[in-house]
Amino acid sequence: MKKKKKTYSTAAVTSRLLRRPIRRAGWFFLMPMVAAFCIGFVWPFLHGMFLSFCQFKTTSNWKWVGFENYAKAFADQSFRYSFGYTALFAITSVILINLLAFTVAYALTQGIKGTNLFRTVFFMPNLIGGIVLGYIWSMIFDGILGAYGTSILMDTRWGFWGLIILMCWQQVGYMMIIYVAGLQAVPEDMMEAAKIDGANGWQTLTRITIPNVMPSITICTFLSLTNGFKLFDQNLALTGGLPYIINPDGTSVHTTEMLALNIYNTFYGQGANSRGTAQAKAVLFFILVALIGLIQLKSTRDKEVQQ
Amino acid sequence: MAKDKKVKAPKAKPKKLWLTILFSAVSLFYVMPIVMVVINSFKKNTFVKTDTFALPNAESFVGFDNFTKGMTFGGYAFWKSVLYSLVITLLSTFLIIFFTSMAAWFISRVNSVFCKTVYYACVFSMVIPFQMVMFTLSKTADTLKLNNPWTIPIIYLGFGAGLAVFMFTGFVKSIPLEIEEAAAIDGCGPFRTYFKVVLPMLKPTIISVSILEIMWVWNDYLLPYLVLDRTKYMTIPIHIQYLKGSYGTVDLGATMALILLSIIPVIVFYLTCQKHIIKGVAAGAVKG
Repeated sequence: MKKKKKTYSTAAVTSRLLRRPIRRAGWFFLMPMVAAFCIGFVWPFLHGMFLSFCQFKTTSNWKWVGFENYAKAFADQSFRYSFGYTALFAITSVILINLLAFTVAYALTQGIKGTNLFRTVFFMPNLIGGIVLGYIWSMIFDGILGAYGTSILMDTRWGFWGLIILMCWQQVGYMMIIYVAGLQAVPEDMMEAAKIDGANGWQTLTRITIPNVMPSITICTFLSLTNGFKLFDQNLALTGGLPYIINPDGTSVHTTEMLALNIYNTFYGQGANSRGTAQAKAVLFFILVALIGLIQLKSTRDKEVQQ
Repeated sequence: MAKDKKVKAPKAKPKKLWLTILFSAVSLFYVMPIVMVVINSFKKNTFVKTDTFALPNAESFVGFDNFTKGMTFGGYAFWKSVLYSLVITLLSTFLIIFFTSMAAWFISRVNSVFCKTVYYACVFSMVIPFQMVMFTLSKTADTLKLNNPWTIPIIYLGFGAGLAVFMFTGFVKSIPLEIEEAAAIDGCGPFRTYFKVVLPMLKPTIISVSILEIMWVWNDYLLPYLVLDRTKYMTIPIHIQYLKGSYGTVDLGATMALILLSIIPVIVFYLTCQKHIIKGVAAGAVKG
């Protein structure tokens, strides 16, 4: 797994033999991707940024309102609730997924029989889409809870832990793969030296193995954290935000609704008047997720340099 | 390296037997949800909810009724959803691979200010949640008529370019420049240099990126749901969600049959390309 560190990016600039003819062919090599990128990302992104400061029903019918949408978003109780709920969910799932994934990866690198089969089984749920996963598990939970005359849609706690179980089932295999790669890269001679020095299993794990797989731990933590915050499909399919409570002022709060679903419902479920607020919420959501993502990118890149 | 391996002690130790047994039990538990889908897809609707965990018996067993019923269930032919999912996934993956690998090569070889800007915009786009652009993107797609299965791949190319460009650029930078210079001296223009020399070398990254894109596009729900003209086109996730969402009393047996039909291709794909999938996923995760 040794990576080639030497890169040729500076040489590219000085190599005239290559650079100039390639540059002349830019319309063919670069432009199609840039055009699609503008249609699929740049323009919608900038347009969305702009519209978050507007009152609008359709994209062509807008009125500038400044920060009013943001004020409304912050004042929206369901939005604040879903932020807290999402954060709680993300943190719980990060801890559980990583603990389980690391344990499984550690066990599967001990050279036990059937390792490949177990790895295959654990990774499989990752290939099934969120919507389908949600319905599979809603059938199972309803089968269990149905025996007690209730359902997963009746209680917030069940919705919460149901989603945690679903996410663990899906993601443990994925994180396990990354941990296995990290564990296999732990230098053999270090382990041997520890053994000769008389370290027991626990000491080897905490003093040698874990410090050596720190890069994998960083990656997995951030991945599961962003996955937790961005979760949509599974949330929609498993509970769809239910159950809800109605406030004295007539507004309602869906108690298992996460941020992404809250934004979606504000856009498409509450009439055209709340679209400005929804877009402002989306911008806030983007800032939150982007911050986590950029910290991750930076921390993994720093690690790469140190190696 | 090969010599070292021979010296190593034999791997499997008998004392780890309890781990094998434990993991066999856990694995059985792990595949249970899939087994439940199989079992319930052969049951009569009313028994799915009341006897979820029981095997179908004489009373509840309905044979392949659920499957035949499921094919036209909800007033939309299921095979059409499968077909559209397939078209969108294959076309999108092809477009992404073809155009982003070229762009990545161009970016790292020319390395101008514009190229760097594009590159950092791509990296930035990787961390954007879809909710940020969904409303404006679906309007843009509507205006440009990118709302059918044959044109939606352009949207996927645009929105999914980030990760692909990032991964390809990382790989292209490690290719020694001398190879391309030799090709140029031998009289290859940029086109022949790229398609005959560079592209074949990109193969491992192409496989990794394809795996990641296939997994993403095939399972994606919200983007096609908002962009496609839903009265005409559905993909598998949209179809499943539609069945569940629009019917007060849903036929759970038929839904389970469709869920089973939709995960069979995924599992076959997984079991045949398992090695590449696991490698691709690990590569994608490490990069970002």
